[in-house]
Amino acid sequence: MKSFKFGLLAATALFATPVLAAAPADVLSTYGDIAQAKFTDSLGTAKALEAAVDKLIAEPTEANLEAARAAWIEARNPYQQTEAYRFGNAIVDDWEGKVNAWPLDEGLIDYVDVSYGEESEENGFYTANVIANPTLKVGGETIDATEITASLLADTLQEAGEVESNVATGYHAIEFLLWGQDLNGTDAGAGTRPATDFDPANCTGGNCERRSQYLKAATELLIADLEEMVTAWTPGGAAREDLAAKGDAGGLATILTGMGSLSYGELAGERIKLGLMLHDPEEEHDCFSDNTHMSHYNDVVGIRNVYFGEYKSPLGNDVSGVSLAEMVAEKDPALAEEMKVKLDATLAAFEAMKTRAEGGEAYDQMLGEGNEEGNAVVQTAVDALVDQTASIERVVKVLELDEIAFEGSDSLDNPGAVFE
Amino acid sequence: MNRVPSVGAMTGALLCICLASGAAPADTVLTHRDDLSEKDKAKVSKVMPPPADFGQSEPFEPMQGGAGTSRKRPDRDAFSRSDANLTFEEQHSFKVGNGLFKKLWASSPSSTQASDGLGPLYNARSCQGCHLKDGRGRPPRPGDEAVSLFLRLSIPPQTDDQRQALADRRILSVPEPVYGGQFQHFAVPGLAGEGRFDIEFEEIVVPLAGGETAVLQKPDYRIRDLGYGEMHDETMISPRVAPPMIGLGLVQAIHPGDLAALADPDDLDGDGISGKLSRVRDPNTGDLTIGRFGWKASNPTIRAQTADAFSGDIGISSPDRPDNFGDCTGGQHACRALPHGEQAHLGVSEAPDPVMELVTFYSENLAVPARRDVDDPQVLEGKEVFYRAGCPACHQPKFVTSRAADNPAHRFQLIWPYSDFLLHDMGEGLADHRPVGNASGLEWRTPPLWGIGLTEAVNKHTRFLHDGRARNLLEAILWHDGEAKPARDAVVALTPADRRSLIRFLESL
Repeated sequence: MKSFKFGLLAATALFATPVLAAAPADVLSTYGDIAQAKFTDSLGTAKALEAAVDKLIAEPTEANLEAARAAWIEARNPYQQTEAYRFGNAIVDDWEGKVNAWPLDEGLIDYVDVSYGEESEENGFYTANVIANPTLKVGGETIDATEITASLLADTLQEAGEVESNVATGYHAIEFLLWGQDLNGTDAGAGTRPATDFDPANCTGGNCERRSQYLKAATELLIADLEEMVTAWTPGGAAREDLAAKGDAGGLATILTGMGSLSYGELAGERIKLGLMLHDPEEEHDCFSDNTHMSHYNDVVGIRNVYFGEYKSPLGNDVSGVSLAEMVAEKDPALAEEMKVKLDATLAAFEAMKTRAEGGEAYDQMLGEGNEEGNAVVQTAVDALVDQTASIERVVKVLELDEIAFEGSDSLDNPGAVFE
Repeated sequence: MNRVPSVGAMTGALLCICLASGAAPADTVLTHRDDLSEKDKAKVSKVMPPPADFGQSEPFEPMQGGAGTSRKRPDRDAFSRSDANLTFEEQHSFKVGNGLFKKLWASSPSSTQASDGLGPLYNARSCQGCHLKDGRGRPPRPGDEAVSLFLRLSIPPQTDDQRQALADRRILSVPEPVYGGQFQHFAVPGLAGEGRFDIEFEEIVVPLAGGETAVLQKPDYRIRDLGYGEMHDETMISPRVAPPMIGLGLVQAIHPGDLAALADPDDLDGDGISGKLSRVRDPNTGDLTIGRFGWKASNPTIRAQTADAFSGDIGISSPDRPDNFGDCTGGQHACRALPHGEQAHLGVSEAPDPVMELVTFYSENLAVPARRDVDDPQVLEGKEVFYRAGCPACHQPKFVTSRAADNPAHRFQLIWPYSDFLLHDMGEGLADHRPVGNASGLEWRTPPLWGIGLTEAVNKHTRFLHDGRARNLLEAILWHDGEAKPARDAVVALTPADRRSLIRFLESL
C-alpha cells in the first residue's frame, strides 16, 4: 500500500465479474446496518446512563453512584465497537472528537488533587474548575459559566484556548465526574469520588449542585451527539449516502481502511504502545474508571464484527449479513483462513488482557515499569494488532483495492487528481 | 533571484517561458536534477511554468501538498492530519509521534521516569504547547503570559575563537554568556525563570490607494525581572512565534539544486531580488548543507530542528543534543545542579530513541490541507494580482520534489509551498539586527504560504510574520520592505477591489 493511485480499470474489471455470491453492494449494506445497530445501541445505553444519572442527582447515594458507573461501563461497550467506522467515513471522523476526545486535563472541569499541579504555562484552563467558578477569567478573557449548559460545554469550553486536552464533553468528561481522579499511579485502584459530591444537603468537594448540572448537561449532549450518528446511518442517511457515493471499490476500501487504521495506528500505536513505552499511567484511555481493558477489547470486537458481518447487540439489535469475510473466502480461501487466524489471535490477546484486569491488575498497572508480566501481556496485544494489519493489507491487494486513494478520490478528473 | 519572472518583466517572462517550453529539450533545462529520468524532466518542465491563463485554475492546483494532501474538512483540525498517502505502518509511527508531540514532560524526579526531564529552564512543557493545533503561534494577549512566542538571544563575537567558529559555521551565533541562546521564562519548581518581557506597540498609519488606510503595530520588546543578573550589554534579541507544522517533510524533499537554482545572492540578473541560500552544518555528517527550516533557515533537517526545539524550548535532551540541562549555561549554577531525567536503564538522554525518531516522523508527515475555491473568479483575480505584483519572485509557487527523498510518500510530488526557502533582506522595519549564520540582521527566510488561509479556522487568530505583529494578511504584506518593497508598493497602489481579491486568493491557500 505504498501508493494509492487509482486503478479504475482494474477495479471495474473486478466488480464487473458476476460470479461472486458475496456482492460488494450486499457487503456494504451489512456494513451500514451494523453501524446503525451499534450507534442505536450506543444511544440506547446512553439513555440508560441518563436515567441512572437522573436518579443519582435526585438521590445521591453510594448505590445510585455505583449504578451510574455501571451504566457508563455498559454504554461504553457498543460505542467502542463503532470505532472501526472511523478513519475513512468522514462524517464519523469529523464527529468523534465531541464524544471520545482524550486525554483530558480534568482540572478544567472540577477540583483536583494537589499532585495535579496548580497551573500549566501552556493551558490557562488547566485548573479553571468550571464547577467551582461561575465566572472564568483566563488570559484576559472572561467566560460566563453561571449556567452550565450543553452549549457552554460544546461551544465554549471544548478545546478552549485551542488546547486539545481541554476536553469538556463526551464519555471521558462524564467518566471523570462519576469516578474522580485515579490517584494510584500504576498501583491498584480507580477514582473514588464519593456520592456526596452530588448531594447539596451533605456536600463534599463543594458546588454539588453545579457538579450535578455539569453531569446532566454532558450526558444530554452525549445523547444529542449519538442521535446525530444514528440518523446518519439510517438507510438514506448522510453516512450511508457518502459511502454509496464512493462506489463499490471505494466502499470496500473504506471498510478495510477503518480496520487497518484502528488496528495499527490508533489502537496499537497511540492508545497502547505510547503508554507502554513511557510506562505512564496517564496514557490510559479510560483512566478514571480503570475500564481501559474493556475499551481496547471492544475496539477489537468492533473490527471483527465489521469483517465477519455479524454483530451481537446488548439490546436485541443483532445483525448478520453478507460479509467481507465471505468475499475474501471466494477470492482466496487461504487468505480468508489467515485473516481468521490473525483476528482470533488478536481477540485471544485482548481476552488475556481483560482476564488479567478482571483478576485485579488494572491496565495502568500492566503498563508499570518493572511489571514484566503485565508489560508482556500488553506487548503481545500490540504485536497481534500489527500482525493482523499485515493480513488486512493482503486483503486489500487480493481485492485489488490497493490502487485506490483512501482519502476518497475516485476519479481521475476530479479535484483530487495529483501529478505523477 | 533567478528563473522566476519578476514584477516588471512578468509579461515578457511568460512569453519566454511559453517559447522555451516548446523549444528547449528537457535535458538542458533541469541538468541539476540528478534524481530524474529524461521522461521525468520533460514532465516537470511542462508543469513548472507560471500559468498562461488566469481565467481558470491550473492542473493539480487544489492538491497543494501533492498526493499527501488532506481533503478532509478544513476545520480546527485542518493542520493535524497525517499525509493521506501513508501506509498503515507509517500511520502507526505518526500516531505514536503525535502522542509524544502532545505529551507534557514532567520535572525530575517524577514517578514516571520515562516522562521526566523537563527544563530546568523551558518555554513550554510540550511541543503542542507552542504549536497549538499544529498551527501558528501568536504574541500573548494583553494580560497573558507568552508561550508560543519566545526570544532568541546572542551577542556579537568577542574573541577570535568565536569569530573563527562562526566563520566555519561550527556555531551560527554566540549565545548570551549567562542566559544562553534563548530566553526561557519558566523553570522547574525551586528554580528562578530567566525573567519576563513586555511588548509595547507603536502604531504606524499606512495610506493605501483608493482612500483606504491600514494601521500597523510595531512591537518593542522590554525584558524585565531578570533571574540571573544583568545581560551582556551587547545582547541582541529576536522574537519568534512557532510556525505551522504542515508540509515540512515535503520541504525537506525539495531537491537542493532547485533551491540553488533560485539563489542569486549578488542579484546578477538585476531584478532587485537577491535570494541567498542559508549554509549550515548537517549535525550528522558535519558537512555544509542548505538550511531550510526556521525563520532564518538555520536548520537543515526536521530532525535537527526537532532536537533543537526539544533542547531549547522544553529542556529535554536527545541523542542529537545530549546536554540534559538544555539551555542552562555554566553561568547558571543552580540550574545545572538540579536532577535531570536521563535514566541509564532507559537509554542515553532524556528522550532516547525511538522518541526522537517518532517525533521527527510525525513532524515530517503533517498533511497540507487542500486548497479551497481554486476556481472562484475572485480567487483567480487575486492570483493574477499576486503574480502581477511580483510576489512569486520570492514566494515561489511550486516545486516537484526529489525522486530520491527518504520517504516514498514525499517523492516526485508537485507541491505548492509559495516559498523559495531563501534568505532575503526584508528591510529595516522587520529587522531584528541579530545575524545568524549567513542570515544578516535584515534577512529572513521566505516562509511558505500554504495553509495560511486556515490560520483562523485552526488557531482562532490571524497573526502573521516572525513575531506575529501583523494582525491580518494585508498588514503582513505591508510590513514587506527591502527587496520586497516594489511588490509591497504595488499592493499599496492597487484598487481596493484588487487588494481584496489578492487577500481572497491568499485565504484560499
